[in-house]
This record gives sequence, structure tokens and C-alpha cells, in this order.
Amino acid sequence: MKLHVLYFAGLREALGLESEQVEVPQEVADVAALKAWLADRGEPWGEALAGPRPVLSAVNEEMAGESTTLGEGDTVAFFPPVTGG
Amino acid sequence: MTEIETRIDEQPLEPGQAWQWLAGGQGIAGAVVVFTGQVRDEQGAVDGLFLEQYPAMSARALQEIAREVAGRWSPLRVLAQHRTGWMAPGETIVVVGVSAAHRGEAFEACECLMDRVKTEVPLWKKVRDPQGREDWIEARERDLKAAARWW
Repeated sequence: MKLHVLYFAGLREALGLESEQVEVPQEVADVAALKAWLADRGEPWGEALAGPRPVLSAVNEEMAGESTTLGEGDTVAFFPPVTGG
Repeated sequence: MTEIETRIDEQPLEPGQAWQWLAGGQGIAGAVVVFTGQVRDEQGAVDGLFLEQYPAMSARALQEIAREVAGRWSPLRVLAQHRTGWMAPGETIVVVGVSAAHRGEAFEACECLMDRVKTEVPLWKKVRDPQGREDWIEARERDLKAAARWW
């Protein structure tokens, strides 16, 4: 399954990456699995996505949870807790 | 039917114009409540503040929150405007406001609007000190608690 992954704010800076296209295996079916799959690639993803800092997500521009399911061509964004206002 | 105005971009905000829009319009708004948030200088420790957004999502999130506030209190007008990019101390980051028949619902709706804008719109703040060092601001538990009151 092909996915478009975006990173924002401190997460983007920690990874030195704004976005990437990934091809994930069938079993990577939800946000939690994608996060784990990305983190398993080693540093800096391990520390940034599976470290002590909370990471929120959105799928196709809607706030998502760990169990939100993923489909072909989805855009998944990862970011720190929001601090607007 | 509540009229809604939302905006999120790098243009400087005009709280006076926002108030005029809220107070005008059809019908009589007995009450207008406007909240503005400014960049604090933290006794000289802050030289600039940067707001990053997730553009595809932030405008829609702002619109959805305004719509939900409109649905819950049926005010006359709801306004939510947020600035992005670099700002200097004293500049306005956010303007939210509600006009309604009476002050009770205007205060309540405006507070809900602001609490939710702070915690649900994909925006992130970074501060720069006078030496040019930049730091991302951490989210605060008390903001989440404030927003949770409205669930």
C-alpha cells in the first residue's frame, strides 16, 4: 500500500523531512502500525515517533487516532500536540 | 441562521474590523464578545513568535469549530481569525468573537470557540529570543482541560 506521509513543526525539524512517499506491507493497516513501521527504520524516526514525546496524527486532513485505518493513497500527517491561539 | 467568518493566513489581523462585523448585520445583537490573543514579550525574552500551520487542514478545522459553536448557541455571528508566520511582540495572533441577543450566550460561545481553537486547529508556535535561538512551545495540560469542559 502506498501512503503519503507528512511531518510538521518540531517533528519535521527533528527528522529533517517535510514529507515522504512510503510503500508499506499489508499488515500496516492503521496509524499505530504505520508509526511503529516508520520508527522501526531506526534513527531519527525511532526517537521522534516512538520516543517519550507525544505524537498526534491526521488521516486525509481529519484528526485521527492510533486505531484509524489506512487505505491506498491516504495522506497521513504526524505532528506534536497543537499550540495555536 | 448564524453568519460565520473564518480566516487563517499571514496577513496582520484587524480586531476593530472584526468587532464591527460582529456588531453589524441584520437583527439586533444585544451583546458582542471579542477575544484577541497577542504575542507576549516575556520581559524581553521573546523577540519573535512563529506560527506554523497544516494548511490543508487548519482552515477547515477553524471553519468546523465555528460551525459547531453556531449550532450549539445559535448566535447571530461567529468570527474566528488566526494569523500564521512570524510576528513581533504585541502583534495579534488570534481574534475570535461572537454576537448574540444576550451576554450570557455570547460569553459562553466565545470562550468555547477560543478553547477549541487552541487545542484542535493544527498550529504550532515557535519563539525566537533576542540571541536568535528558536524553540518550539510545548502544549499545556491546562489548555486541554479548558477545552474538555465543552465536550
